[in-house]
Amino acid sequence: MNGPQDIGGRHGFGPVHPEDERILFHAEWEKRVLGITLASAALGYWNIDASRHARESLAPAIYYNASYYEIWLRSLENLLEEAGEISRDELSTGHAQTPGQRADRRMPAASVADILAKGGPAERPGPAPVFAIGDRVRTRNHQPAGHTRLPGYARGQCGTITASHGCHVFPDSNAHFAGEHPCPLYTIRFDAVDLFGADADPTLTVTIEAWEPYLEHA
Amino acid sequence: MHDAPHHDNELDEMTARVRALETILVEKGLVDPAAVDAIIETYEHKVGPRNGAAVVARAWSDPDFAQWLRQDATEAIASMGFVGRQGEHMKAVFNTPDQHNMVVCTLCSCYPWPVLGLPPTWYKTPAYRSRAVREPRAVLAEFGVDLPQTTRIHVWDSTAEIRYLVIPERPQGTDGMDADALAALVTRDSMIGCGQPSRPETP
Repeated sequence: MNGPQDIGGRHGFGPVHPEDERILFHAEWEKRVLGITLASAALGYWNIDASRHARESLAPAIYYNASYYEIWLRSLENLLEEAGEISRDELSTGHAQTPGQRADRRMPAASVADILAKGGPAERPGPAPVFAIGDRVRTRNHQPAGHTRLPGYARGQCGTITASHGCHVFPDSNAHFAGEHPCPLYTIRFDAVDLFGADADPTLTVTIEAWEPYLEHA
Repeated sequence: MHDAPHHDNELDEMTARVRALETILVEKGLVDPAAVDAIIETYEHKVGPRNGAAVVARAWSDPDFAQWLRQDATEAIASMGFVGRQGEHMKAVFNTPDQHNMVVCTLCSCYPWPVLGLPPTWYKTPAYRSRAVREPRAVLAEFGVDLPQTTRIHVWDSTAEIRYLVIPERPQGTDGMDADALAALVTRDSMIGCGQPSRPETP
């Protein structure tokens, strides 16, 4: 979606503020957001693509005014509400009014280490790739209203395939619970002057990962 | 974005909001607060950039390992025990005098958690995400990094589940240093491509 998340190449966001690597959080509540977000995933109502879509679906004025953990919190509230597990009324009173529906799936503390170590690989069996390393391709002018992982700055652009990763879960469908539809995934390299115009850094190249439905022969 | 420190009243509002959600989830039996504690403990104390530093130090000192890292970073990194969430499909990219590598996720905050831990706040800001792909030299300058114009820059935008670890160049003056001493020179930012390793202390 052409939402607030799609900001690669945009102007006006100001300087980057480096920070000591020992600083992980800026408030205690941020830690709890990290923990409850990861723990809630075990309930099985959404997948990683749906959770990203929930974040990018926040209104732009909210998205740009929120820290990233606030973005996580707001999208988690929305995901749990859509799942029918919590209500706005409960959020305003701060207490449960009905029992949980999937308490049987609650992530046990003893399983945390195993679950985090297992992760969620995205590679799947799927069709043979149409494109080969070295091929010139053009990204489609792909602008769905729903979730996609083709950034706006890299639409309708010619680049070269530099790696082929087998088939991966297709976020555009998976985010909407319309199936994983695994398809070939590639790394595509672009020259920055093609993406950002003649004033771009001539020594700069940029890669994205792109699923085959995003691509056509150049 | 909240680049400036939070005001107290805002912090209170967020604390209350998060506490409300966690309380509801715990009362419903959907979240175990001990699991939340275990997740926080993992990323505060167990999984962080010292993992990645160990990988880099080994790549600097063991050519066979470096080759393995080039060919199959997921397996090579897993052999050191660094596996899991947000590191399922790893790729190591090696800086050279000719090419500097830098990593971003313009669309969200994708980051190689098993080797670098949680992403830094700046990595998730619109400022970094918008500018890294267009003007990385200007961003690098804000990190105090000034690359010669003869060094090309390649930016990896993590749009899928492939996660990137930058292997910086081994600093000069480190001959004979063991892996632990080398790892101490490897900064988190150098493994994102936004910094350089520290230089060894001169005796």
